Amino acid sequence: MNNTVEIRWHGRGGQGAKTAALLLADVAFETGKFVQGFPEYGPERMGAPITAYNRISDKEIRVHSNIYEPDYVVVVDESLLEAVDVTAGLRKEGAVVVNTAKSVEEIRPLLRGYEGDVYVIDARTISIEALGRYFPNSPMLAAIVKVSGVMDRETFMTEMRGSYAHKFASKPEVIEGNMKALEMAFDAVN
Amino acid sequence: MARRDRLSGNEAVAEALRQIDPDVMPAFPITPSTEIPQYFSKFCANGQVHTEFIPVESEHSAMSAAIGAESAGARTVSATSSAGMAYMWEELYLASANRLPLVLALVNRALSGPININCDHSDSMGARDAGWIQIYAETNQEAYDNMVMAYRIAEAEGVHLPVMVCQDGFITSHAVQNILLMEDKEVKEFVGEYNPEHSLLDPNGVMSVGPYSITNYYMEARRAQAEALHNAKAVVKAVGEEFGRLTGRSYGWFEEYCMEDAEYAIVLIGSAAGTAKDAVDKLRAEGKKVGLIKIRMFRPFPGAEIAEALKNVKAVGLMDRTESFNDCAGPIGAEVSSALFRARHMCETINYVYGLGGRDVRVEDIEKVFEDLFDAAENGTADYYRYLGVRE
Repeated sequence: MNNTVEIRWHGRGGQGAKTAALLLADVAFETGKFVQGFPEYGPERMGAPITAYNRISDKEIRVHSNIYEPDYVVVVDESLLEAVDVTAGLRKEGAVVVNTAKSVEEIRPLLRGYEGDVYVIDARTISIEALGRYFPNSPMLAAIVKVSGVMDRETFMTEMRGSYAHKFASKPEVIEGNMKALEMAFDAVN
Repeated sequence: MARRDRLSGNEAVAEALRQIDPDVMPAFPITPSTEIPQYFSKFCANGQVHTEFIPVESEHSAMSAAIGAESAGARTVSATSSAGMAYMWEELYLASANRLPLVLALVNRALSGPININCDHSDSMGARDAGWIQIYAETNQEAYDNMVMAYRIAEAEGVHLPVMVCQDGFITSHAVQNILLMEDKEVKEFVGEYNPEHSLLDPNGVMSVGPYSITNYYMEARRAQAEALHNAKAVVKAVGEEFGRLTGRSYGWFEEYCMEDAEYAIVLIGSAAGTAKDAVDKLRAEGKKVGLIKIRMFRPFPGAEIAEALKNVKAVGLMDRTESFNDCAGPIGAEVSSALFRARHMCETINYVYGLGGRDVRVEDIEKVFEDLFDAAENGTADYYRYLGVRE
């Protein structure tokens, strides 16, 4: 089970965290992996904290529980840091990626003593520049792919273009903006 | 050639139905139904299937329309979940009593209250005595495969009974996971054309459906229905084996995992079996002789065969994802215990109620069950009916 990467997403209803988890499952699947992408269903309303999960593995995945000791955590909404213990169980060899305009030094004290790597990404600025609107899920998806290293940049971009072409078949005009958001985010996370 | 894909359990069942292309699908299209009719109605709208989709005003009407369509000789399917199934209750019994081989795609979810939309088996387990064949899935793959096999079982000679194809709400129904799909042609050939032996639209075989039966005949009708359910047992196995020759994925009444030399075992249904297999592997690596039995077919119940598979165990955990409110056992607890007694195999049993309303089941939870069983085999247990993962 050691070659399974486990990722937990924290977002708010309406921000696309569930969609991002399903997209990550999609692209990882395309690279030949065994995947799981699933949301934890609670009250479905805009703005309520939601959790979604990914498992990505070279082996068949049999476990069906939620993820309690993730390798990576993605925080799609900075305001969750107060309400939710986002790093609960997070392995210290892993990392947390937070959508924020703040620096790592400013965010770390809010992470309740988490000792592992912390990455920040300003998904709002990237999204508004690339898409003209605030959709944090594409930048956050690129950020977690970069940080986790589940696939390389070129493979990721190729697979995402295919995935968007399918997802946005009825509005192809948004594909380029989303691709730009992915590229900007991928290169911004360091 | 199998097609490698990734689908949620709902998508997988809808895909199987697209390939089967049934004649009629009556379904109530909003909550508490599932995405299955939603995806399938898209196939209808796009002309990918020839199915007549009937959006009805309630699940009671959905099952009534399904009964009407199937009586007329049309291969029929419906889909529902939870309270939706509860609203079909009266009609469920008519479908089986009228010997109608229709199929219901059921996504297992809790019954209210408190109001809850998440997974447990209260809905189908409540209907376990409704005369339907019940088949359960651990994964999206099994949900798909079971749907492909369903009509072969339902329509088989000597059976002619409805089949409930069950999968765990959200845990498999909404989770995207790898799956191998069959080619459309393969599915169509496997399922075959439906040529009903009797139907209302057959001018040469005039009959009445759903008649009044006074005390003279009611009991004989029920006895005949029980015989049909008994016949289903061999058919489920034969169809599962034939499916295995075609796809490499063979199915029986239940799956035995690490049971050859197991001294401690659990018996359960559905997605938690996958999690439990990881727990079994972990304990096996520590040298513990543990195993599990995953029940696929709950109706008819393969009691004697399960008892036989358990004949060498010292203690067994019987896992129910429903509360029967009878103060002594859940459905699996009661039926397996009864089978063990008939087989004169007096091992320790502990019946657990777990996972109600979507309560998560972790590998650690299953390990805890085995710890209990080790102790029970040594010291016995008075606490034979208990809850797992509940806050007291």
